[in-house]
Amino acid sequence: MDSVIRSRTPMARVWRLLLHATLLLAALWYLLPLAVMVLTSIKPLEEIGAGSLLALPENPTLAPWLKAWGSACTGMRCEGMSGYFWNSFAIVIPAVVIATLIGALNGYALTKWRFKGAELLFGMMLFGCFIPFQVILLPMAQTLGWLGLSSSRAGLIFVHVVFGIAFTTLFFRNFYVSIPDELVSAAKLDGAGFFRIFWRILLPVSKPIIVVSVIWQFTQIWNDFLFGVAFSGYGAQPVTVALNNLVNTSTGVKEYNVDMAAAMIAALPTLVVYVLAGKYFVRGLTAGSVKG
Amino acid sequence: MKPVSTPGDATHTRPSMAGHLQAWLPKLVLAPSVVITLCFIYGFMLWTFVLSLTSSRMLPSYDFIGFAQYARLMNNERWWVAATNLGVFGGLFVGLCLVLGAGLAILLDQRIRRENVLRTLYLYPMALSFIVTGVVWKWLLNPGLGIQAMVRGWGFESFDFDWLVDPDMAVYTLVIAAVWQASGFVMALFLAGLRSIDDSILKAAQLDGASLPRVYWRVVMPCLRPVVFSAVMILSHIAIKSFDLVVALTGGGPGYSSDLPATFMYAHAFSRSQVGLGSASAILMLGGVLAILVPYLYSELRSRRHG
Amino acid sequence: MRAFTTFSPLRKTLLGLAMAGALGAAGQAQAGEVEVLHWWTSGGEAKAVGELRDLLEAEGHEWKDFAVAGGAGDSAMTVLKSRAMSGNPPAAAQINGPSIQEWGELGLLGNLDGVAEAGNWDELLPEVVSNMMRHDGHYVAVPVNVHRVNWLWANPEVLEDAGVEMPTTWDELFAAGETLRDAGYVPLAHGGQPWQDATIFESVVLSLGGSDFYRRAFVDLDEKTLQSDTMIEALTTFKRLRKLMDEGMPGRDWNLATGMVIDGEAAMQIMGDWAKGEFTAAGMKAGEDYVCAPVPGTKDAFTFNIDSFAMFQLGDEEAREAQKTLARLILEPEFQKTFNQIKGSIPARPDLDMSGFDSCAKRSMQDFQAARDANTLVPSMAHRMAMRSDVQGAFFDIITNYFNSSDMAAEQAAERLAQAAKLAM
Repeated sequence: MDSVIRSRTPMARVWRLLLHATLLLAALWYLLPLAVMVLTSIKPLEEIGAGSLLALPENPTLAPWLKAWGSACTGMRCEGMSGYFWNSFAIVIPAVVIATLIGALNGYALTKWRFKGAELLFGMMLFGCFIPFQVILLPMAQTLGWLGLSSSRAGLIFVHVVFGIAFTTLFFRNFYVSIPDELVSAAKLDGAGFFRIFWRILLPVSKPIIVVSVIWQFTQIWNDFLFGVAFSGYGAQPVTVALNNLVNTSTGVKEYNVDMAAAMIAALPTLVVYVLAGKYFVRGLTAGSVKG
Repeated sequence: MKPVSTPGDATHTRPSMAGHLQAWLPKLVLAPSVVITLCFIYGFMLWTFVLSLTSSRMLPSYDFIGFAQYARLMNNERWWVAATNLGVFGGLFVGLCLVLGAGLAILLDQRIRRENVLRTLYLYPMALSFIVTGVVWKWLLNPGLGIQAMVRGWGFESFDFDWLVDPDMAVYTLVIAAVWQASGFVMALFLAGLRSIDDSILKAAQLDGASLPRVYWRVVMPCLRPVVFSAVMILSHIAIKSFDLVVALTGGGPGYSSDLPATFMYAHAFSRSQVGLGSASAILMLGGVLAILVPYLYSELRSRRHG
Repeated sequence: MRAFTTFSPLRKTLLGLAMAGALGAAGQAQAGEVEVLHWWTSGGEAKAVGELRDLLEAEGHEWKDFAVAGGAGDSAMTVLKSRAMSGNPPAAAQINGPSIQEWGELGLLGNLDGVAEAGNWDELLPEVVSNMMRHDGHYVAVPVNVHRVNWLWANPEVLEDAGVEMPTTWDELFAAGETLRDAGYVPLAHGGQPWQDATIFESVVLSLGGSDFYRRAFVDLDEKTLQSDTMIEALTTFKRLRKLMDEGMPGRDWNLATGMVIDGEAAMQIMGDWAKGEFTAAGMKAGEDYVCAPVPGTKDAFTFNIDSFAMFQLGDEEAREAQKTLARLILEPEFQKTFNQIKGSIPARPDLDMSGFDSCAKRSMQDFQAARDANTLVPSMAHRMAMRSDVQGAFFDIITNYFNSSDMAAEQAAERLAQAAKLAM
């Protein structure tokens, strides 16, 4: 469909110019907040009040980053974001791996071993994608207590897995639905079992949807604030909670540069994931979960 | 319809112990997820509903008072502000994201040289936490520090952009930040959809002499209906769950002018010792989600069955 | 990924449980630890509470700091509720005013009668304070300090530059405001958060109605009082103050507003005496670099806000011991003095020598005792001292909505206050 605008008349050239201008303008609008964040985070405090938002720093400094990482205070603890940053990883990685794995198996069982009521089960689980999490906050707190998981990392991992499998199941199910059943039937006739078929036939072609599932879960869990603040205890708080604490803690002068550096630190892992793997994310979405 | 292989097939071909196990395996694999879903989603929903019928204040108690909490909610002005805000915010957010997303996707689909770079730029905000988005936009929208100050600094002294501090406009700042965050994602969905449309359909339409906008409106858009539908669902679910953004950007203020049901529920159940009232508002929120979701699930399951 | 996919569901579950167990065990409290939940995160506050940690650690116990910033304790309360519901509350938590009773009714608080008897708390503490610390006759909480809320702070350099005096009546304040505005200053620094709006409002009510009126309105929740002409006048005066503030105020934290006074950008601020912590942290001296005065019309009254730590019931014997040590240390003269000098408040026990304190604190202590004798000591509505948190929440909504709305009349706001009071009964 790209041939449509490619004729070389003068009119078409004007259109082409306009097109590029519009796209560039849009890019600027998306970039503005990031640019402001980065610029502000490397300015000394004196330059922030004085200069314009987008003014380049006269004396760029990494001090705000170092402070945000290692020595900014929330309450009496002046340890910066570093500890919470690793906390987040310790929560996110197991939660993503477990939820993706369960989602893949569920999707496989739902599509390739259909049984009566499978659709209903799926619909039921799908609902989990959409409930407002406030609804389950109080009961969850009590349940975590019963399970002995309250205020711990394991508790947070558990909560994220519970509310992640709905999404991962959705992704994998929609992906596996488009894989021809004949492949599986043939393997079944050859006597291959449940796990063998999954391992040999489904898994090798699942890469795109694994990428989608991992990226989605990673961003969701990394960026979670509500569960993080409600269910974490001493030493188990994720980075978003630390960021909120840091930004809301101020000693006389508000250090906007440190705030911005802290926000950047909290955002970096997901940003890196999107920039590096965004292409595969979009490609994976085309392949499965969104059938255009 | 493709032939559906049931577990019955497997037992038929290999009637042994192993075969029986194989037949049960899929259900065994699904069982933990089903149990979890039943307990942690449906069980908790029921639990919250039960709480909404009690007079619970600080922590849950089980002293039942019927639907009195719902009646109180209906008389609560702040609840109505929050509900109206959700309507305004949700409508604008979904609408603008769709328009911007579809527009950008169509433009980006014209064989642009730096497409990869642009696409990443449009998509990256989706990677950020709403807390980060809120912190940044709070700053950009602060009249004394942000965009207003910058434009005034360029010499336009009379430039006003103080929505963040204006009770009538604060809810629109939520729209700005949320659209900024999610529209790139919608663009990606549309782009994926556009790429999957068969070129020959377009060629045929063009040969018939249809103009470009007409081709898009009449031929392309109908093909993209499933994408629009998915996007609307994902966006409405983001809108109804919006909590972090309000906390970080406006704090619900000025006053409670930019409150949303999610923040209303949180404030009442947690900081105000009104667990009963908070639960009632949560159940009403859930009702809102159901109203959107049931038609979606219905059509989703129907169309997939033919897939 | 690949290795994981071969696990059977059962083994996977076992693995998950084992992992959960290992992590859970690591998170358990060890002997002699006290986990303290509080929301003292601003510079001066954190430094003040740091004194307590040092004292506790000097006695060989470990202090685990669990600070939750934001919303004048709202976020901290969320965490506390979630922790309490899961049956895993912290050892001590900053809980103030009538909330202590609410927690006490749930049966979650531990008994401190032993420590109280040994420390002779009944004698030491003023009755209004000790009543608040008891549930059902037993001590369950320890008071840390007494804050005065009805203070007006000012930067004397700014006042001098604009040629105005420290105002003692509302008319003077509004007149001074105009002069200051013309001289290019923000007359009144303020942060537009509900509790800050309420902080100003309660002082206006106290000023125009007096302490009996204040108690009828905010403690007894009397509907007639809430709709009276005096209340409407107070609401109108309150709204007029908005004109003295700057447009960047919505959502601003209180200490940033104090920062505006410190920097000389703004002239005055109506705020409790914790603002002093910020002045001190900026190296300013009371009476010289900054001045304090009661809010116009409230010099004979004292709005109090008492910070206290409630102690939760614990199973672990050594942790209980550490908890009791903490309770004892809080009321000892050494801590009371150092802490309150940094925090800006006055000690919870009036028997202490005030010589090391600055002039504002000395005045605060004098006024506290005078107000106690004259029965003009009133609990702060804005700081959860006067009423249950649900009623207070409803009041906050009305006050802040009225303050920020362009079309809500004072009569209408008064009517809604009365309505909220009626619903609370």
